[in-house]
Amino acid sequence: MSAGPARAPAAEADRLDLAGLRAEFPIFAAQGPRFHYLDSAATGQICRAAAEALLGFETRGRANVKRGVYRLADEATRAFEEARARIAAYLGAREAREVVITSGTTHALNIAAHTLCARLRPGDEILVSQAEHHSNIVPWQLAGERVGAVIRAIPLDREGRLDLDRLDALVSRRTKVIAVTHCSNVTGAVTDIGRIREAAQAVGALLVVDGAQRVPHGPVDVQALGCDLYAFSGHKLFAATGAGALWIRRELAEELPPFLGGGEMIRRVAIERSTFAAPPHRFEAGTPPIGPAIALGAACAWLAGLDWARIHAHEMALAGRLLAGLGTIRGVRPLGPEGLQARAPLVSFVVDGVHPHDVCQLLDERGVCTRGGHHCAQPLHEALGLEASTRASLALYNDEADVDALLEGLEDVVRRLA
Amino acid sequence: MSAELYDAAIVATAKETANAERLPAPDLTVEEDNPLCGDRITLDLAFREGRVAAVGHKTRGCLLTRAAAVVLARRAVGADPAELRRAVASLRALLAGQGGPPAWPELSMFEPVRAVPSRHDCVLLPFRALETALDRRERERPA
Repeated sequence: MSAGPARAPAAEADRLDLAGLRAEFPIFAAQGPRFHYLDSAATGQICRAAAEALLGFETRGRANVKRGVYRLADEATRAFEEARARIAAYLGAREAREVVITSGTTHALNIAAHTLCARLRPGDEILVSQAEHHSNIVPWQLAGERVGAVIRAIPLDREGRLDLDRLDALVSRRTKVIAVTHCSNVTGAVTDIGRIREAAQAVGALLVVDGAQRVPHGPVDVQALGCDLYAFSGHKLFAATGAGALWIRRELAEELPPFLGGGEMIRRVAIERSTFAAPPHRFEAGTPPIGPAIALGAACAWLAGLDWARIHAHEMALAGRLLAGLGTIRGVRPLGPEGLQARAPLVSFVVDGVHPHDVCQLLDERGVCTRGGHHCAQPLHEALGLEASTRASLALYNDEADVDALLEGLEDVVRRLA
Repeated sequence: MSAELYDAAIVATAKETANAERLPAPDLTVEEDNPLCGDRITLDLAFREGRVAAVGHKTRGCLLTRAAAVVLARRAVGADPAELRRAVASLRALLAGQGGPPAWPELSMFEPVRAVPSRHDCVLLPFRALETALDRRERERPA
């Protein structure tokens, strides 16, 4: 592996206490030095704050929420609602009650699709994009089909970003919902939500944002974004699997019908009909994922206290090192935007003549964890003329050794299989 | 482990998919996808007197999927449905670490895949297409 500018130490990273940061993630001590985790876009590693909160609830404070009158149940309810408030703070929400606890982004977007589509009529349009994760396409198809709504999609531009120059042609008075990713899970391209918001507001459409890939890279301000709903998963935000959130602007949430029916979401039930609780409980049928939600709240609180300017510089320095290094390996072609502007620190790429699963398998020999496949984004891959790709996704805990192990592994892949 | 997955036999066998062709007039055509990665095989079968007379395929996939498709296309010709089902069952048994030697000796090249469960579906994709084809043939031509 030739040394070049891409492998020069990242000056910004020197200012970050990376060793201290990595120590907050128990996985690194458990897995040892030959562990290069570059699959955080699929699942982030759990931080100590979240792990301890989860274990603490399940072993010392476990009870169902909202139902019991005994002390332990009261404390569980208090911890659960505190988690909701911490999540709301991470999102910049006005109030905790704007946050619905879900099982993750997929559940959140299914709530969004089903509750918003209940207001649609035949011929109304839902605008998604070709860059979406299947979770932000299929729920709209399922819910839209019931009411005769039409799904349209914003195409990709030459760089793999959403081609927002096409918005004028795609958005009309028929457009009732626009549902887009904040950040592509394949190209890393960050969407210009402001421009889409203007288009949505011009025709009175509601704006739903899939924030799954954006939230691990720092707190969000949903009010500044100007969207109406915002979804994300806790397991990508360094918390446990099983909990996520859907933020719904308060005035809108009050108007929307429930999605799932059951306990907790009602005001009164009779055999003939029922009335429903106010948000967010209207959208939280059944026992919520209490422990994972408390862990998510703990992760949000811990993350909110970090120096994100430094972390951003660190993440993007690594992304730059990765992009530059990929460019030096014969037959390796990164996808998505060429530079670091408006992109998250994740890079997908193809290796000419080598299937992504074979790439990932050989990288695993070196302890390099990457993901191969369509990443639940088949329309995006089709738009790029591909079936699949290999993805390396970075998070705050990655270091230069992770990137270099990947690059050296890829050179070996090319040598052996290309 | 990966070194064994990518030994010379599998790599060389997989490369033979470059020569694979579809059948001009198959009795059955089945398309099977691996939903994880979008890999796809389109498998054509022609039958004569109850046995496979010809196999064609177009396979888009990893080395394991392609090597499995090549073995299937090579060995299925001349076999009747019962033999084909035995071959599929023996491959499943091999991947599960059960049973004796596989019905077709070439399937032994996939023994190293046993230790990598996430790749079992890669090897099985062409054989799942074969099973789908046989199921459909039985439905359409009941015994």
